[in-house]
Amino acid sequence: MPAAYSETHPENWIEIRPEGLYCKPGGFFVDPVRPVDRAVITHGHADHARPGHRSALATPETLGIMGERYGDEPGRQAVAYGETVTENGVEISLHPAGHVLGSAQVKLAYRGASIVISGDYKRRFDATCAPFEPVACDVFVTEATFGLPVFRHPDDREEIAKLLHSLEVFPERAHLVGVYALGKAQRVLSLIRRAGYQRPIYLHGTLEKLTELYRAHGQDFGVLLPATGKAKPELKGEIVLAPPAAGTDRWSRRLPDPVIAVASGWMRVRQRARQRGAELPLIISDHADWDELVTTLDEVDAPTVWVTHGREEALVHHARMSGRHAKALALIGYEEEAE
Amino acid sequence: MKEFANLLDGLVYMPSRNGKIRLLTDYLARTPDPDRGWALAALTGGLDLKTAKPALVRGLVVEKVDPELFALSYDYVGDLAETVSLIWPEPADKADGPGPSLTEVVETLQQAGRSQVPALITGWLDRLDAPGRYALLKLITGGLRVGVSARLAKTAATALRPGVDIAEVEELWHGLKPPYGSLFAWLAAGGEKPSVDDIAGFRPMMLAHPLEEPDIRALDVAAYRAEWKWDGIRVQLVARGGTVRLYSRTGDDIGGAFPDVIDRVGFDAVLDGELLVLREGRVAPFNDLQQRLNRKTVTAKQLREHPAHIRAYDILFDGAEDLRRLPFDVRRTRLEAFHAREDPAGLDLSEQLSFGDWDGLAAHRDGARDNAIEGLMLKRGDSAYVAGRPKGPWFKWKRDPLRADAVLMYAQRGHGKRSSFYSDYTFGVWRAGELVPVGKAYFGFTDEELRLIDKWVRDHTVRRYGPVREVEQGLVFEVAFDSIHPSKRHKSGLAMRFPRIHRIRWDKPAEEADVLETLEHMVVA
Repeated sequence: MPAAYSETHPENWIEIRPEGLYCKPGGFFVDPVRPVDRAVITHGHADHARPGHRSALATPETLGIMGERYGDEPGRQAVAYGETVTENGVEISLHPAGHVLGSAQVKLAYRGASIVISGDYKRRFDATCAPFEPVACDVFVTEATFGLPVFRHPDDREEIAKLLHSLEVFPERAHLVGVYALGKAQRVLSLIRRAGYQRPIYLHGTLEKLTELYRAHGQDFGVLLPATGKAKPELKGEIVLAPPAAGTDRWSRRLPDPVIAVASGWMRVRQRARQRGAELPLIISDHADWDELVTTLDEVDAPTVWVTHGREEALVHHARMSGRHAKALALIGYEEEAE
Repeated sequence: MKEFANLLDGLVYMPSRNGKIRLLTDYLARTPDPDRGWALAALTGGLDLKTAKPALVRGLVVEKVDPELFALSYDYVGDLAETVSLIWPEPADKADGPGPSLTEVVETLQQAGRSQVPALITGWLDRLDAPGRYALLKLITGGLRVGVSARLAKTAATALRPGVDIAEVEELWHGLKPPYGSLFAWLAAGGEKPSVDDIAGFRPMMLAHPLEEPDIRALDVAAYRAEWKWDGIRVQLVARGGTVRLYSRTGDDIGGAFPDVIDRVGFDAVLDGELLVLREGRVAPFNDLQQRLNRKTVTAKQLREHPAHIRAYDILFDGAEDLRRLPFDVRRTRLEAFHAREDPAGLDLSEQLSFGDWDGLAAHRDGARDNAIEGLMLKRGDSAYVAGRPKGPWFKWKRDPLRADAVLMYAQRGHGKRSSFYSDYTFGVWRAGELVPVGKAYFGFTDEELRLIDKWVRDHTVRRYGPVREVEQGLVFEVAFDSIHPSKRHKSGLAMRFPRIHRIRWDKPAEEADVLETLEHMVVA
């Protein structure tokens, strides 16, 4: 197959190195998993945006998230969606990925050929970030976190309805919703408000800073209160958001007989939900489900698809069956569990 | 189907019994007849549908889905019904409606011929969403496995009408047929209690309170009769009007697993007794009986190697005559007369122990060497047979437990309220300088002690395996247990019956815990 590629095809100027995906002519990595000289960052999740790079290029929102997490580091370069910068002849542009605030696909164009690295993405509506835009390219590098046809995320409004129904059935219990601190927390807050829920929502301390950052970007989450320092009875029948581990952690003992809800795409599979100790699994994901992955391959319509982290095998199989060149990139270091 | 599917999901994930009851009561209150009746039947094992084999379901799905993608998915998910429910492609022209109701599915399947079943299933799968498909597939492949006993489901139904006791529902239950219209008319719609003429129904059992040594001295010794308390399964054997049924203490019909008991009944009576495995007149350990429990069918080999036997404690009906209001002494005379008259095979009478005073009785209790004896039952001679656990007429006085000092080896996180605590403990004793596990316990300690053990576990973890932590060999439990038996399933070769944490020996060095040999001597041949 590579024999058919022209000299300018990304196959010939993109490499997989231990640090991650490397652009040879540009001299930079995309989402490197260890500190490097030059990095392009798709989004702020800790496994993609790591500290310690000598220079890092990302959207202003992503740099804001990294600043919140790692403090000020020198060499950060903000590039807005749609803007193009050139590094050693490689044109770099960032395009919305719809994953979390500031998340971007990275497009690299060099000598007339182009590659788009999706980072993580989803296709459904999310009021807390810009929606995914398909970008034409020769090679599309897609994630495959939910790359099996069993993963079809239901309508998120129905999932929130389950949470609100549970509050009616168990009014004397707190409802502890396990959410990842960046993205999921704010999306769930937004969905709960859109469902018309008006009461204050209580937050675990680790969610506060990033939620504040979303607010600074214009999100309105209504009344949010800290979950700590409340007497147990005060939290009866209230919604509390906390990182997923808090549900099985000592922290949860401060809550009155909590219903453990977990908001994640993995909740689609019962065994996974039980492993997480979920009593109320909510299938809410910031990753594309199978249908979204498949639709995206069609819309982007790149002749070549490279599949990164996740369940690559099924998506590679599907892409090949629909007439594309496809292969799995064995990229390591991205955590599927964090979803 | 949607509501039923949501209910199943809720039950699967709900760890606490009370929570399950709440979910179920909520469902039964909101759901109209006959849907809720079919749901109750499905949950209590009372629904008899033409079931589909897994191979049929697999065949249906690979007509619709790339076999390779299906194989990868099944490999990942691990459960056929779940994989199919998740992967089933929804047709482009899928109707917006709610899909088939539970009633439609049940009634159609009841009337359908076997050859029609595949097309019916495909049609329904096309109309349902993923949780609905899962519920449908679980329903038709048999076995919901959502952690709901028949008793729990009945308790939830009873809760629909405040003031009704579960015993009333139990007594009616076997005379009712799915979808239980008359039951719900009574419980949910304020109607009349249904009258039932099923005379082979379950009669709610009379249970005993536990008794502690000091309490016994306050009782009037002459008023009480004593019998051994056997370590089997308390059962009710109902033989009325040509129908024979064997019920567990909770009213579950377990007769299917005990054809030997059922088939030899030639009398007309209702008896209360203990189900035991008996070999050459000796009661086998509980472990033997366990081989016979929870089976749908039983093999000739099992019947031969683990023969079941009834040891009768009481008689509730002799023919059509209800004896429950009579005093225990009178019922005992009737029981003896019944036994002499019928001379039933595989059924003997619980021996009445003679004693002059409490010390004499205590001597009986302490002298019991048979492992199959849990202790003593004390029954007032004048006590009527009443449902439930009234305080006073009946007591159980268990033997002092055996005890051993064992070392905590692994701790596992609990469920529900205890999900943030390491509350399930595997402990071991020494064999040649190494610890071998001998049992697992998750009760016997106070909440305060649980907090302390939990902290100790977190501070002394050596390794983690998912929800399990291996800990340093440093904490000794005094473990109490009713008996100990040889077991091939455990590395130590021993299995404890009812192990619980009796005391936490914070003071005791781990190396001074018991050795395996000491426990081996506790096994009664």
